[in-house]
Amino acid sequence: MSAVEDVVTEAPAVEAVPKRAMTLGLGTSLVVLAALVIAPIFVKNFIIFQMTMLLIYGLAVLALNILTGGSGQFSLGQSAFYAVGAYTSAILMEHANMNYALTLPIAGIVCFAFGYLFGKPALRLSGVYLALATFALATAMPQLLKLGFFEHWTGGVQGLVVTKPDAPFGLKMSQDMWLYYFTLVISIGIYIASINLLRSRSGRAFMAIRDNEIAASAMGVNVALYKTLAFGVSAGITGVAGGLGAIAVQFVAPDGYTILLAISLFLGMVVGGVGWLPGSLVGSAFIIFVPNIAEGISKGLSGAVFGVLLFLVIFLVPHGARQVAMVAQQLLGKMIKK
Amino acid sequence: MLSRQATRSAAFSTALIATLAISGSAFAQKKYDTGASDTEIKIGNIMPYSGPASSYGLIGKTEEAYFKMINDQGGINGRKINFITYDDGYSPPKAVEQVRKLVESDEVLLVFNPLGTPSNSAIQKYLNSKKIPQLFVATGATKWNDAKDFPWTIGWQPSYQSEAQIYAKFLMKEKPDAKIAILYQNDDFGKDYLKGTKDGLGAKASQIVLEESYEVSEPTIDSHIVKIKAANPDVLLIYTTPKFGAQTIKKTAELNWKPLQIITNVSASVGSVMQPAGFENAQGVLSAAYAKDGADSQWDNDPGMKKWSAFLDKYMPGANKTDGNLVYGYGVAQTLVKVLQMCGDDLTRANVMKQAASLKDFEPDTLLPGVKINTSATDFAPISQLQMQRFKGEKWELFGPIISGDVNTN
Repeated sequence: MSAVEDVVTEAPAVEAVPKRAMTLGLGTSLVVLAALVIAPIFVKNFIIFQMTMLLIYGLAVLALNILTGGSGQFSLGQSAFYAVGAYTSAILMEHANMNYALTLPIAGIVCFAFGYLFGKPALRLSGVYLALATFALATAMPQLLKLGFFEHWTGGVQGLVVTKPDAPFGLKMSQDMWLYYFTLVISIGIYIASINLLRSRSGRAFMAIRDNEIAASAMGVNVALYKTLAFGVSAGITGVAGGLGAIAVQFVAPDGYTILLAISLFLGMVVGGVGWLPGSLVGSAFIIFVPNIAEGISKGLSGAVFGVLLFLVIFLVPHGARQVAMVAQQLLGKMIKK
Repeated sequence: MLSRQATRSAAFSTALIATLAISGSAFAQKKYDTGASDTEIKIGNIMPYSGPASSYGLIGKTEEAYFKMINDQGGINGRKINFITYDDGYSPPKAVEQVRKLVESDEVLLVFNPLGTPSNSAIQKYLNSKKIPQLFVATGATKWNDAKDFPWTIGWQPSYQSEAQIYAKFLMKEKPDAKIAILYQNDDFGKDYLKGTKDGLGAKASQIVLEESYEVSEPTIDSHIVKIKAANPDVLLIYTTPKFGAQTIKKTAELNWKPLQIITNVSASVGSVMQPAGFENAQGVLSAAYAKDGADSQWDNDPGMKKWSAFLDKYMPGANKTDGNLVYGYGVAQTLVKVLQMCGDDLTRANVMKQAASLKDFEPDTLLPGVKINTSATDFAPISQLQMQRFKGEKWELFGPIISGDVNTN
């Protein structure tokens, strides 16, 4: 490893996060869960839709968090996996008339395979070089989706319109609310599975690679296998998020999955706290709501306002929501002691 | 036989009905849907103020300024326009989020002039299922003229297919034995033009000797031009976006090849296509237009463009008048105001749609003389006329009659 690369990979973004610090305590988790379950009853459908998108982007950020926070690999190509997942779901629903719920595991498997295969050649790269390779994937994806060869299935630039599912079993629930709870159940499932993954043998292998690749390999960790596996798992979860996104938005088009999406997800991960899984939800809220706030402050300068807000966050709380949560926890602890 | 009393009451009620019918228009009951009231009409809009298509954001700003002018003049039938416009960054998921916010949170009466084919495709189903007008969408795709399947969506500008039909009609008349080559962008933009041309040529489509496509990702299309030249056509239809239009005109000149060239209205910009291609290379190139050009001195004394210019001076000082988006935004905003005036006191969504589909020979200030907006219950393509123009010196010269090219999706 050259000296330059050393400096680059030593970015604080992938500092060692102890695995206990990757999750929330049980009590806090239950409070957050209760809020997520009860909130939709009191708000308009539009807010429910936004909350659904919050969960979906939260999943995508979580996936990136496993990859970067867990195994220490960068990716600016998550939008490509998200797009593949979205298109897989949309095509299966609209062309094969498949049930929306069944398309999600397929989207996950397709993306897992795609991510795993992409991870193979990407093995030789690390740090910024890996980030650039994935960046290439993200820029190529919208154009690939427009290719005439696939147009019969993808609808070309016009995209595909997806039918929104009704609530099943005759439940008296709006489409939005049903989809929200559906997404919530999947998100909780994936969240629990992710925590367990990181606590397992594989998770320890990921973290060993993140902290020191050479040491990990000396300890007998199959570096190549676990690095590609991390890519596969991350891509698979992103694919499920993409499929859910397609159903919620009811539309897929190449222009929805540009490099900007990948950068947003990356941003969400950093703001939420790298390696802190619950932060994914905070990061997702940041990328959904802060642009709207910025637009509310100044329409012409929304980009600049967004930049200032982002700068403030990075400057004041460089470790994102994790730092805020830890400070809050310490304060709370002091108050209880008194 | 009727009794006397019955006859009398029948006569009385007839008279009453007649009186009501006559006075009906004057005392029509005020009817409102969500978003309209005695004092206000809420109009929603989404625009790409950020992202890859942000140059179009100027259209939204022009519309906002135009409605401010209307409000300063007393509004529409005494009601002020409350124009709420959000940024969708040209991203379909964001477009859905913002439009749902407009409808469910801001509670607008209608969504006006949302921009971009992907964004409009993403919101079309939602708005139609909620029966909310998607008025005068800012895209040239042909699919917006589909009153049967999407009765709540209506276009505004001429569709790409209408324009291509006009070129076909022109060729059949002026050059009946032409050997035609078509260069088109391999996406729905290019394919709409291709289809329009073939439909327009009809039985004469066999005169097309070559259809050559390119990908928008290609850095240069020189090799395509060389290939087209080898087929030796005498007419070249350039169905490209601006960058490739400029490349085509330049390359044909470099090859010392002088076919009759027709370029899309999208790529007819003097500043971004003709100048980079070289004015000397662009002489004699043909295109079609439906709106006046703010940079063209021939409209300096035109009453419509004088109003446009005065509006810009007062409400958008410092705006660059050569930007076509200013002309576009003004024209489409004026059309909406016309529709709302026609609605009178019946500001229901159904009536808005009905009036939008009842425009007769409406001429906004910024359209070419003779180009008129006409819609009907089956014709959801407001502008479908264009006039041919030829590039001469450093600007376009209009010639020939106003040609119509109506295209229905069905």
